[in-house]
Amino acid sequence: MSTVTPNLPPKREITTVPRFSDKVFRAIVTAGGLSSLVVLALIAFFLVYNGLDIFRSEGLKFLTGFDWIDASPEEGLPAQYGIGAMLYGTLVIGFLAVLIGVPIAVGAALFLSYYAPEWIKKPMVVVVDVMAAIPSVVFGLWGFFILMPHAEYWAKLIHKYLGFIPFFDMPAPAYTRSPFIAGLVLAIMIIPIVTSISREIFAQTPLDRIQAAYALGATKWSMIKAVVFPYGAGGIVGGAMLGLGRALGETVAVYTVLNLVYDIRIEVLLSAGGSVASMIVNKFGEADAPELRALMAAGFVLFMVTLLVNFIANIIINRTARKG
Amino acid sequence: MNDVHVSSLADVASNHASKKQPGTAVLGTGLEARGVHAWFGKKHVLEDISLDFFPGTVTALIGPSGCGKSTFIRILNRMHEFIPTAALAGEVLLEGKDIYESGTDVTKIRLRIGMVFQKPNPFPSMTIKENVLSGLRLAQLKVSGEDELLESCLRRAGLWEEVKDRLGEYGGALSGGQQQRLCIARSLAVNPQVLLMDEPCSALDPGSTLRIEETIRELSSTMTIVIVTHNMQQAARVSDYTGFFLSDGGPGRLIESAPTSQIFSNPKEKRTEDYVTGRFG
Repeated sequence: MSTVTPNLPPKREITTVPRFSDKVFRAIVTAGGLSSLVVLALIAFFLVYNGLDIFRSEGLKFLTGFDWIDASPEEGLPAQYGIGAMLYGTLVIGFLAVLIGVPIAVGAALFLSYYAPEWIKKPMVVVVDVMAAIPSVVFGLWGFFILMPHAEYWAKLIHKYLGFIPFFDMPAPAYTRSPFIAGLVLAIMIIPIVTSISREIFAQTPLDRIQAAYALGATKWSMIKAVVFPYGAGGIVGGAMLGLGRALGETVAVYTVLNLVYDIRIEVLLSAGGSVASMIVNKFGEADAPELRALMAAGFVLFMVTLLVNFIANIIINRTARKG
Repeated sequence: MNDVHVSSLADVASNHASKKQPGTAVLGTGLEARGVHAWFGKKHVLEDISLDFFPGTVTALIGPSGCGKSTFIRILNRMHEFIPTAALAGEVLLEGKDIYESGTDVTKIRLRIGMVFQKPNPFPSMTIKENVLSGLRLAQLKVSGEDELLESCLRRAGLWEEVKDRLGEYGGALSGGQQQRLCIARSLAVNPQVLLMDEPCSALDPGSTLRIEETIRELSSTMTIVIVTHNMQQAARVSDYTGFFLSDGGPGRLIESAPTSQIFSNPKEKRTEDYVTGRFG
């Protein structure tokens, strides 16, 4: 083809002169947009700067070690800082929260989108959104005083019938303040966000596909399986990841209902678990300068983990949006 | 000018192959609308429509935009009720039984009265094969010989030759006209007695439109077909009977219904003549 038209004109640059008002507005929104990036970078810098010594002295052991021991100059022992157990515990309760919370949230979103009559739907959407605004300490207290006694009973049931699975084994009859209970509280805390994201995705399901399914004699449930789930799958996963991000970073509620133990236990019903965020809050008040730096370093690790989870969630949600 | 136009449409209408009379086929008693009214909220959109659809024939519903013909066709398989404020009066009888009778399982009604929509809407998450057979899955029907059913539906929809080597591809990979024929094949798989088509060619190019019209002619020997169309040539080409709808600002009414050749050559109503000769609408 290029031999046919040898003398192509040079490509022109296409420009326009923005008006003054446009320039001002552009500057304002650019500043707004960049400010969140700046804040994010400053936080990361602050944490890295303060925790750098610890990363240097502890190395990879900081991520894998189980011990968190202050230096005792009298006995000549150096400090040991390792968040391995806490990191593991964070992931376990986050995973439990998603496992319990997401099915409930997706069910709630389906109910609101396809089953609830209008007069229930509108107030319930508001209630679910309000649930997201309840302070986490309230969830923690409620979890401790109200949920825990019940959850203890459920834990015993699970142990009795599923105890042969290592996760549900119990070396000691200590059922309270377990990762299971922390996971339950977190599940309740992430239900609102997962519900509203799922509901919004479900609401975007193309009407023509829904009608096509109904016109073929579909029941409501078979329509949902054939049309709504394939369309909304990415959105549900993305919502679950956002919920996971919140669960990983949750501090006070977990601190209230979890017994922090510096050890990795696979028994989720046992009163021994870990959480980086709760550990930080636990140690912060009485930490000396070196330990404070170790806590900053732990904070940086947690920050990176939640950032990564949110990042993946965004990719998944965007990919779904494009597909629609 | 107009006279030429009329006579050509009338010729088309009187020339197509099958000259059917009501009740000639043994395909049941078809579908009947009896005194149907429809409302959206307080707005009365259809007034007292009574119309018979005979087995083995194609009935075209024509009329200007906003005359209620799409609303009417959606009433015929209970898609009307998906619009939140929609209300209705009157009866729709399928083999003499009211499809709106309380205690009716609406999913069974829609299995017997299929529908093809204006915009081709194959399920994008399913392959061509899965799309054709999706109705079985959706309605939880068991069928032996899925492959034979797949082939026969695609053949009847006039799509088999074009897709037989790519049944595992996704439905969205087809052209618009092929997608619409895929949607027709999908409707046929659950073996409906009646097929409703709401402007099935309005999003298609002329070649695809002709293919679909051939398909409609072929299908009409085995089922009752109702088609809404804005295209009067299309009504003249494919239909045995035509109903003309019109709204004078109020609810839509059925102005005239008759054999298609009569509507296009010798309509009883002045308004019908004005519309089919292109004086308005």
